[in-house]
Amino acid sequence: MTLEQTFREQWGRVLAALIGFLGDFDLAEEAAQEAFAIAAERWPRDGVPSSPGSWLITTARNRAIDRIRRDRTLAAKTRLLEPPEATEDTMDATTFPDERLELIFTCCHPALATEAQVALTLRTLGGLTTPEIARAFLVGEPTMAQRLVRAKRKIKAAGIPFRVPPDHLLPERLAAALAVVYLIFNAGYSAPPARGDLTAEALRLGYALAELMPDEPEVHGLLAMMLLLEARRAARFDGDDVVLLADQDRGLWDARKIAGGRTMLDRALALRGRGPYVVQAAIASLHADEPRDWAQIAGLYGELARLTDSPVVELSRAVAVAEADGPAAGLAIVDGLALLEDYHYLHAARGELLRRLGRVEEAREAYGRALALVHDEAEERLLRRRVAELGAA
Amino acid sequence: MQYLLLIHHGTTPTPPSEEWDALPDDVKQSVYEDYKSVASTPGVTSGLRLAAPDTATTVQVKDQKTLTTDGPFVELKEAVGGYLLYEADDLDAAIELASRIPAARLGGAIEVRPIVTAGWE
Repeated sequence: MTLEQTFREQWGRVLAALIGFLGDFDLAEEAAQEAFAIAAERWPRDGVPSSPGSWLITTARNRAIDRIRRDRTLAAKTRLLEPPEATEDTMDATTFPDERLELIFTCCHPALATEAQVALTLRTLGGLTTPEIARAFLVGEPTMAQRLVRAKRKIKAAGIPFRVPPDHLLPERLAAALAVVYLIFNAGYSAPPARGDLTAEALRLGYALAELMPDEPEVHGLLAMMLLLEARRAARFDGDDVVLLADQDRGLWDARKIAGGRTMLDRALALRGRGPYVVQAAIASLHADEPRDWAQIAGLYGELARLTDSPVVELSRAVAVAEADGPAAGLAIVDGLALLEDYHYLHAARGELLRRLGRVEEAREAYGRALALVHDEAEERLLRRRVAELGAA
Repeated sequence: MQYLLLIHHGTTPTPPSEEWDALPDDVKQSVYEDYKSVASTPGVTSGLRLAAPDTATTVQVKDQKTLTTDGPFVELKEAVGGYLLYEADDLDAAIELASRIPAARLGGAIEVRPIVTAGWE
């Protein structure tokens, strides 16, 4: 393992321990950075310590304590009123509780704006730099830096607690944390592979959550869904062009990720999970089969629509129903989705179903509406190909 | 009769901020002095200073679900109907109390703002 990989792996845990100890994000971040810099200098020379995480935490903690002792105004900022002496003995890993969960729930607190939750989670748990996060979300670096500063200031000034929420708040807060991980995954997944490593980052967070909350089925469900989708990512794009599932080269699918996703799904089902992520993982698993069991996929979309009350899910159900029971049955559902009038996928789906029914002129019209609404260039090219195919028919 | 005077800062710079620091010293001085003179007027109970609006959290209850939003309550046409102070351990406790205030579920909202205490920059 390279030094950089070790750092990446340890960052979240080290930072979480320091924030828990110091009660201050900025001070913890500075101390962690200092410790990583010392490690980068010493480890290649002296060898990597047997417990790199504990070494980093101890070193960072000592640096922070030294700074607080020198600077009394800093002491007022932290929860350490009487900072202990810095100790040189490296403690073993069990000395430091894993406080990454506390950190996740703090970063994903609903009193922070969603975009701030996402940025803060990537910065603190993922260890991404501000420029990396800015690039991944296509915003300027000063904007992202400001977003992070503001979020950290609000945590402190508004008294957002650093803790795992009590039972009565947990379901809602867990859903918020999972939504942030899913948002990170989606930002990476919906873009051509060139754009950053956000799906890998989301998977890393997913694995960490599954390890930290082994009894929560939705945590395993989200991880299973992300693995099953990620397995197909290499096949989703041909250059910058979107390739639909039916046209994908299955040789490009990652069989190990599919197997890993299905193992996670089994675990979620064994925990009696039937929440939105578990159902989505089950759908993704069925999509990896050949031939696909469209009746079962349609049934699961129906269940998901009931859970989420989402017309977008209903549109997916319509597509599955069209495969199972024919295009007319699918079209009947699509035509009932007035709420999605401005959603280009609705018109693209209508166009496809009308084409299958031989209603070419109506199909052309539907694709035209989809084109008027689409913003993504890859999606636009896909639609233009569809229209061209209509003309040839 | 007792009156509550709510101070709306609008876009006027307030400390701590770079915008406030950038103001000429005499302007800052006169602002401090004017506040001091108001606060020492007979009959005035000097108030509490609220933290910046971007530390605010707005709480509303819809269908028995507590909705939390980052930032102050922006529906300016809504009137402030009252206020209360709550000494709580953390924001979660304050949000829980806010969600029990009837206005939160009756179409209004509760804005939770930290009070500036000594020691906070």
